Amino acid sequence: MTITSEHGSAARAGIHGGPGRPSPLDRGPLDASALRKDFPILQTAAHGHPLIYLDSASTSQKPRAVIEAVDTYYREYNANVHRGIYEIGERATAAYEAARVSVARFINAPSAHEVVFTRNATEAINLVAYSWGRRNIGRSHVIVLTEMEHHANLVPWQLLGQEKDAVLEFIPITDDGLLRLDVYEELLRLRPRLVAFTQVSNTLGTINPVREMVEMAHGAGALVLIDGAQAVPHIPVDVQELGCDFYVFSGHKMLAPMGSGALWARRELLEAMPPFLAGGEMIREVHLRHSEWNSIPWKFEAGTPDVSAAVGLGVAADYLSALGMDRVRAHEHELVSYTLDAFRRELPGVTVYGPSAEERGGVVSFNVPGVHPHDVAQVLDRFGIAIRAGHHCTMPLHERLDLSATARASFSVYSTTADVDALIDRLREVGRIFDAAGAMTAR
Amino acid sequence: MDDLYRDYILEHYRRPHNFGVLENANARYEGANPLCGDRITMMLGIRDGLVAEVAFTGRGCAISQASASLLTDEVKGKPVEEVSKLTSADLLDLLGIEISPARLKCALLSLDTLEHALAAADAAAAGTPAAGTPAAAQIPATEPTTAHGAQ
Repeated sequence: MTITSEHGSAARAGIHGGPGRPSPLDRGPLDASALRKDFPILQTAAHGHPLIYLDSASTSQKPRAVIEAVDTYYREYNANVHRGIYEIGERATAAYEAARVSVARFINAPSAHEVVFTRNATEAINLVAYSWGRRNIGRSHVIVLTEMEHHANLVPWQLLGQEKDAVLEFIPITDDGLLRLDVYEELLRLRPRLVAFTQVSNTLGTINPVREMVEMAHGAGALVLIDGAQAVPHIPVDVQELGCDFYVFSGHKMLAPMGSGALWARRELLEAMPPFLAGGEMIREVHLRHSEWNSIPWKFEAGTPDVSAAVGLGVAADYLSALGMDRVRAHEHELVSYTLDAFRRELPGVTVYGPSAEERGGVVSFNVPGVHPHDVAQVLDRFGIAIRAGHHCTMPLHERLDLSATARASFSVYSTTADVDALIDRLREVGRIFDAAGAMTAR
Repeated sequence: MDDLYRDYILEHYRRPHNFGVLENANARYEGANPLCGDRITMMLGIRDGLVAEVAFTGRGCAISQASASLLTDEVKGKPVEEVSKLTSADLLDLLGIEISPARLKCALLSLDTLEHALAAADAAAAGTPAAGTPAAAQIPATEPTTAHGAQ
């Protein structure tokens, strides 16, 4: 299948911008304030205050175009895919497969046949661990991970390692939250079968030098899986340029519906891999005692899929493509710089974790001295501000940093400096309530 | 501004009652809420069927620590039989604030830990080691400086 590189028009992608209004597609920075009109939930209130959503690393909000695509599917052509010989069934199948093409184009996959729809990045990693891993990982084989992995890119490998008696090794981090590539080089001497790491840390925001890391791994004969859950919503991703073997991500963090996600893998890997889940859809022929598998990607899509989520994922990919991921990255970089500056200037006593804005995605984790992150989040909530508090599914990373929990603000295309100003302002309120105001402003 | 962080809750958080180590405790248990890193160690001095002495150490959010402070005040000097009948609803009444579902675990950690400590005491009295006893025996006598050990 050929994928054209032309992007959908802004209108087709459902981006806001009426007559007389400059289109966000114009060159120049992203106009996040104008984009907010595309997100109905950002017009709502929480505890009597306008909702300020700063938890996009957990899940993003959804633009009207995505919500309407899901709605239209259910209203107009709800039918199973790859089955019905009737109009709405054919329409559903066409929309489902068109979404796959949009997703493939979004990450510049060579073919849409290499894109497997999953529920999320977690399911995609489990698919690889179960299907590729069980066939290719054996006793004493080494898998290299990092200390900053989300549990989703750690626990599946623990299970595989326990089953196969394989060995897990971890690339450590510096105190600034950067990967120790010198240690990585040492670990590669163990000739690992697989190296799996996140492209962007969900806790520290670190953007890892993945292209270099893939080259190093391949030089040592290892395959590479990249967890792109925190990357695809925020920075341009081109799987061919990255050169990796597996790439996984969640749709719901990139403006798409809950329950959408994808695995991309090189064709020859997918073709050699046995099925993950078994049932309908993934078969070509079934006999009572044996079956033949469908071709890729359907071999990995057993059972009726969430068609609406897939369709919504395609629309979200088109929406982001139309915005331009370079402009999304520039916007979030500016926002993170603004946030780090604001903390340094206004609340120097607050501890901020992770690297400089240059090496960081749209994530800022912090702690208010003497106040538990849950209490910070609870007070902010009363002012309509939603942040995450806890360990963000990175317990080993928190252990490495000697922390039990952190508070985290994270951004998306619709986040603005006004959101950050509100956060800083209400953090002063946290300080007032908990007698921490002095500690927060102490240099 | 807040119905949750009322003055008396903050007062119990800042200056918790019964906070410290009970050297001659005959029942102790360390409870933790690994999701947020709250941890509480309950120490009881049980004599003649009464909770004669009680103390706790720990760290965590205001709700978990204030809850432990209020609960230890409540049970001090009471018969074990009465204390063991305390319910989640009783503790929430004691707190007197509206606890959202997301914070229930914070609020109830103290009671859960107390119940485990009582069970440990029962087991010790019966001469059988309780599930919680070996772990509790390893708890350092002073408040640990890191909170991740429980995870």
